[in-house]
Amino acid sequence: MEPTTLILLLFIFILSAFLGFELISKVPSQLHTPLMSGSNAISGITIVGALLAIIQSNDSQFAGWLGFAALILASINVVGGYMVTDRMLGMFRKKEAKKD
Amino acid sequence: MEPITIIVNVAYIISAILFIYGIRMLGKAETARQGNLVSAIGMLIAVVMTLVHQDVFDNFGMILLGIAIGGGIGYYAAQRVEMTGMPELVALFNGFGGLASLTVGWAEYQRLFETGQSSIFTSIVIFLTVLIGGVTFTGSVLAWGKLSGRFGGGDPFPGSRMLNASLLGIMLICGVMMVLFGGSTAGYALFSAVIILSLIFGYTGVMPIGGGDMPVVVSLLNSLSGLAASAAGFVIGNNVLIVAGCLVGASGLILTVIMCRAMNRTLGSVLMGGFGSTSSGSSGVEGEMKAASIEDAYYVLEAADSVIFVPGYGMAVAQAQHVVRELGEILEANGTEVRYVVHPVAGRMPGHMNVLLAEADVPYEQLVEMEDVNPTMESVDVAIVIGANDVVNPAALTDEGSPIYGMPIIKVHEARTVYALKRGRGKGFSGIVNALFFGENTRMLFGDAKGTLSELVAQFKD
Repeated sequence: MEPTTLILLLFIFILSAFLGFELISKVPSQLHTPLMSGSNAISGITIVGALLAIIQSNDSQFAGWLGFAALILASINVVGGYMVTDRMLGMFRKKEAKKD
Repeated sequence: MEPITIIVNVAYIISAILFIYGIRMLGKAETARQGNLVSAIGMLIAVVMTLVHQDVFDNFGMILLGIAIGGGIGYYAAQRVEMTGMPELVALFNGFGGLASLTVGWAEYQRLFETGQSSIFTSIVIFLTVLIGGVTFTGSVLAWGKLSGRFGGGDPFPGSRMLNASLLGIMLICGVMMVLFGGSTAGYALFSAVIILSLIFGYTGVMPIGGGDMPVVVSLLNSLSGLAASAAGFVIGNNVLIVAGCLVGASGLILTVIMCRAMNRTLGSVLMGGFGSTSSGSSGVEGEMKAASIEDAYYVLEAADSVIFVPGYGMAVAQAQHVVRELGEILEANGTEVRYVVHPVAGRMPGHMNVLLAEADVPYEQLVEMEDVNPTMESVDVAIVIGANDVVNPAALTDEGSPIYGMPIIKVHEARTVYALKRGRGKGFSGIVNALFFGENTRMLFGDAKGTLSELVAQFKD
């Protein structure tokens, strides 16, 4: 990897870190669990890495199978994570609708 | 740069923006559910555009199959899980995310190894990806086991700190050598050693930490799984992985610190373990627990003007949230002021109790903050503690030797009468003796919380 590319990626990483620190400074405690669960689903973004590993499997058969395993695992994380978060938050909303 | 590459990268930027808005909206009650949807759309865009970008036709069947299997399992688990078992499930999902990142790192290492393209930089980031991913996986699985009671609580063994420190040291040495021997068979052997050691380290790192600290651990592991994804982004040079993973890593770390603060502890002391596994502190508790009958409780509750419920993990275990709400409604119909006080770290995850009470349709306006109730606790006639322990332990205020000294608690011991629902006389999850249960104004209702409350409800209906 080119040094300039590396610097650029590090730059993006550092800025994202600061953004992440600022994003959730004030969150009511009842949203902590959904927030953890929802951000956990986002960390399933590694699914993109799994797809790329499969796509490049012409280079290496074994790497392709590893990518396939990663794809299954990441899909569990993504689909399960978003759905369970939605279920949790749906319960909060049901109650608000009742109040109206 | 080809036009299609530009389009895909613009799409990745859009994904990143959607993730940022998603996390932000998740932090506000009114927008939380849409926020989750927004971030899911971001994920969908990232996945679809990755497939558009590449010549995928050779592998399209494999990709669809993988998504179908993984998505199916995730869908099934998310639909099936009881809300009480949800913290464990989040821990487990998190572990799969970590293992996925490890496998992505491994796949890339394998590809570079076979094509002879290893470089120092990729070796370093692959090392980090595998290390963090591996620790996240076994750590999360162990946390899942501890939360669901499949494994024991705090289980320290002599020399665990030494063992962890040396494991970490050996891994770093393996990492450096793996980078130096990149591309050779020796390098591959060292790489394999790093995978195995990281998996062991995740286990031995979480092992000595007591069950009461598991929420903090799960939150930290959530942060780590984000970092693993971010490191995987460096491996494949992909911006959207770096940004999304890092956002999760940073926000997860903040959440972890918030939780530590609520327990008046530092992250370091949590990770060192020990707490929740020793019986230190609260040694001067005297007196005995006074058991009460359901009838006693009924008469006192019937005459009460003001009642608060303090739920803890015991309510989740007993699945008692619905019958709690039922009793609350009956009391309200009886002219009693009913409120629910949720401690920020009650249960196995922050907000765990809020989710359960919401599931049971407890009115939002009856949920009150600890800070609002504590100053007026003396005017509360009855405090009903349902399977909560440390968060109502007065030792946190008085006993400087207690491991939880300084943690803000719900001061139910200042209420006129306390009914504590508890399975038995033993110590709680954290292993600390609770002076509340021996207090002058405390009456114990032993047994399964759901059963006890159902009997109370039945008394009111007679």
